[in-house]
Amino acid sequence: MIRLERVSKRYSNGREALTNVSFFVDRGELLFITGRSGAGKSTLLKVIALLERPTRGTVSINGRNTGALGARHIPAFRRQLGMVFQDHKLLADRPVFDNVALPLVVAGTPFKDIDKRVRAALDQVGLLGKERMLPMELSVGEQQRVGIARAVVGKPPLIVADEPTGNLDPDLALEVMRLFRRFSEVGVTVLVATHDVHIVREFGSRELILTSGEVTGGSADPLPSLVASR
Amino acid sequence: MQALLGALGRLARAPLATMLTLLVIGLALALPAALGLLVRNAESATGGFGRAVDMTVYLKNGVTLSRAQQLATVARSRPGVASVTVISAAEGLRQFRKYSGFGAALAALKSNPLPNVLRVVPRPRASGPLALEALRRKFAAWPEVDMVQLDTQWVMRFNAIIAVVRRLVLLAAALLGVGVLAVVGNTIRLEILNRSDEIEVTKLVGGSNSFVRRPFVYTGALYGLGGAVLAWVILEGAVLALSGPAARLAELYGSGFVLRGLGGRELALLFGGGMALGWLGAWISAFRHLRSIEPRA
Ligand SMILES: Nc1ncnc2c1ncn2[C@@H]1O[C@H](COP(=O)(O)OP(=O)(O)OP(=O)(O)O)[C@@H](O)[C@H]1O
Ligand SMILES: [Mg+2]
Repeated sequence: MIRLERVSKRYSNGREALTNVSFFVDRGELLFITGRSGAGKSTLLKVIALLERPTRGTVSINGRNTGALGARHIPAFRRQLGMVFQDHKLLADRPVFDNVALPLVVAGTPFKDIDKRVRAALDQVGLLGKERMLPMELSVGEQQRVGIARAVVGKPPLIVADEPTGNLDPDLALEVMRLFRRFSEVGVTVLVATHDVHIVREFGSRELILTSGEVTGGSADPLPSLVASR
Repeated sequence: MQALLGALGRLARAPLATMLTLLVIGLALALPAALGLLVRNAESATGGFGRAVDMTVYLKNGVTLSRAQQLATVARSRPGVASVTVISAAEGLRQFRKYSGFGAALAALKSNPLPNVLRVVPRPRASGPLALEALRRKFAAWPEVDMVQLDTQWVMRFNAIIAVVRRLVLLAAALLGVGVLAVVGNTIRLEILNRSDEIEVTKLVGGSNSFVRRPFVYTGALYGLGGAVLAWVILEGAVLALSGPAARLAELYGSGFVLRGLGGRELALLFGGGMALGWLGAWISAFRHLRSIEPRA
């Protein structure tokens, strides 16, 4: 499903956030990306979601090299991907319902389906009944869950979540991670960047540890060919 | 549809700014339309080109009235001729007495010195200088004809003036059209900047450039249409204000001229043109400025 080969990312200020990152994720897998603050977790997810282009190396998703995708094809690519952002990226002047509905509206989903699916997504994150509230009127944890509902509402085959449980209490965090695991069980590939080592341990899912932009451990398989060439 | 409603809603939420923009667009559209209206009314006041170029065919003195009537029938059958009236020598004398002020002196004449006359009105299509000259020569060649009088000079002057004003209308329309493009474009640019967060998030969840552009383009079209409606109101107001004095003027000249406002086709042109300009201005602006807003999550 996702394959990174020797991916490096150097920001325009000269800061190298990723160095020679290679790994492979299967369809329906749940992969945790851990590491200290500034290790490059967000950068890695952005490179996969085409919010940043890698400086070197290739990223392929479903066997397609995303580096070859022109600007014209990026919107369609993003509709196949649910993304949870570290800073939520919600529309402050729109109610919860509109925020969650946005990916469906963008994809041209009929209105009666939108209503049903938005409610289902809000139900999954425990926010049913708050459709008409503005993000500002919600707690930070609730805002985070609105962001999660928006990422899953379009039933994308790939979900990329950056610190989705950063502001949730342990019970809620566990709840949200279980939601992600349920998605992976029905074939959705899920990548989660997190600080929460307890959850990672408890879930026993695969883990990729980043240190200063390099893969330094974890249970994610390096690519066999790369192992051989090292 | 949703984008259109959204665009309407946003315009209604900032009524003052919207009204100001509409006013500028309305004035920019009203000016060329007013000039166009001026040309049209000037043409109708002078009876159009066709009526302005009557030709007077003076027959020789010995030609009888019945022969004149025969000649009129022949003249009517010529292509390019709209109508022919026979003015008999007697009728001519009566008119001359009435309008010239020589009534008493003429009464002293024993015989009528005036010839029979044909008044020929060419068809509008045959009113160009060349066609008129050809027609004049045809009539002048008849043996019964003494001379053909045609006041081409003033017709050509009038034509020239109208042509200049017409050109002026086009020029004004082009310049002010560019002005409308710029006004709408700038308004849309500001709105894009205002809503850059929303645009960024929409792009993040997969909104294409054309999807993001749509509400702005609709907003531009609404501005254009609203400005055109405003221009129409301005013009109707001007026509209403001028129609009283114009009617008095027409009365003094004994003419049945009525100052007219925009007709159906002109109205459609104004509304369609306004909307198209707004659409285009917004499209260009959105195309240029939306590209620069790329999500940097
Ligand atoms: N847009 C940017 N321009 C320049 N440097 C950047 C940019 N974004 C991130 N960096 C740098 O890249 C490095 C990795 O940043 P990144 O956001 O990927 O870390 P992270 O692992 O997500 O950290 P956190 O856990 O705090 O979210 C940091 O040193 C950061 O300063
Ligand atoms: Mg981060």
